[in-house]
Amino acid sequence: MTKVVLPELGEGIEKATVSYWYFKEGEKINEKDDLVELTTDKATFNLPSPCSGMLSEIFFHEGDEVNVGEVLAIIEES
Amino acid sequence: MEFRIFNFGLVDFKKAWQFQKEIFKEIKNDYFNAALILCRHYPVITVGRQGSQENIKVSVPELKNRGIQLYEVERGGDVTYHGPGQLIAYPVFNLNYFKKDIHLFLRQLEELIIDLLSDFGINGLRYKGLTGVWIDKQKIASIGIAIRNWITFHGLSINVKKDDLDNFSLIKPCGMDIEMTSLESVLNRGVEMDNIKNNLIQKFRESYEDEKTHNL
Repeated sequence: MTKVVLPELGEGIEKATVSYWYFKEGEKINEKDDLVELTTDKATFNLPSPCSGMLSEIFFHEGDEVNVGEVLAIIEES
Repeated sequence: MEFRIFNFGLVDFKKAWQFQKEIFKEIKNDYFNAALILCRHYPVITVGRQGSQENIKVSVPELKNRGIQLYEVERGGDVTYHGPGQLIAYPVFNLNYFKKDIHLFLRQLEELIIDLLSDFGINGLRYKGLTGVWIDKQKIASIGIAIRNWITFHGLSINVKKDDLDNFSLIKPCGMDIEMTSLESVLNRGVEMDNIKNNLIQKFRESYEDEKTHNL
């Protein structure tokens, strides 16, 4: 089980908003695939999948705010 | 470490968008670590990720009648307009070689524009939470970027010509009731686009050299 965590995005940036999930719960993903797109200020950015496996649970959906360090999703490694 | 400049004239938005993605791939493959694409666009309205077509005041067929293209894009921000009277700059920077700080990069883009404006004796301002560069309550430059694997694309537009502001009335720029201005409007005289372009290239070069030195 691998946790997908919102990493540090720069000084003073505490949170970001989920703008797009590239995969749905239950779907298979490969390491480095674009997993989720988030937005902060006038920038969008992506989080690639840290491993290959199945996206088992998404905790924050499109439009939700996430704090740096929080777990966005869980991947069951294959 | 290498910084490449791609200096184009009037380019279709979609072509420039595709070109950015090609350069992005080259940077991802580490052929070089930063690029600046400069161009102007035929009239186009783009909608960013925080945007909605509700912020376009006219119908899609009406836009077509007026010869204005429409695209939904992956950059941050809401609706904006680009036309031939603006200078467009797309910095494709691999932030893995600089500072991995999203807001810092946005603030640096604002700073370059403010610096450019000051060369013309204009006092460009920034307001917290209202990314872009302002002259009092009017906006002169807009910013919206996308970052993938810490490589940036999309970028900034500076309103240069005074006769290309009318189409902003077709949208609610950034989803707000914003009045736009241009370099020519503020100066009340004509300005050569190439002068602004060369000035901006110089500013980017200096900034790149500074950043490179800091990160050695």
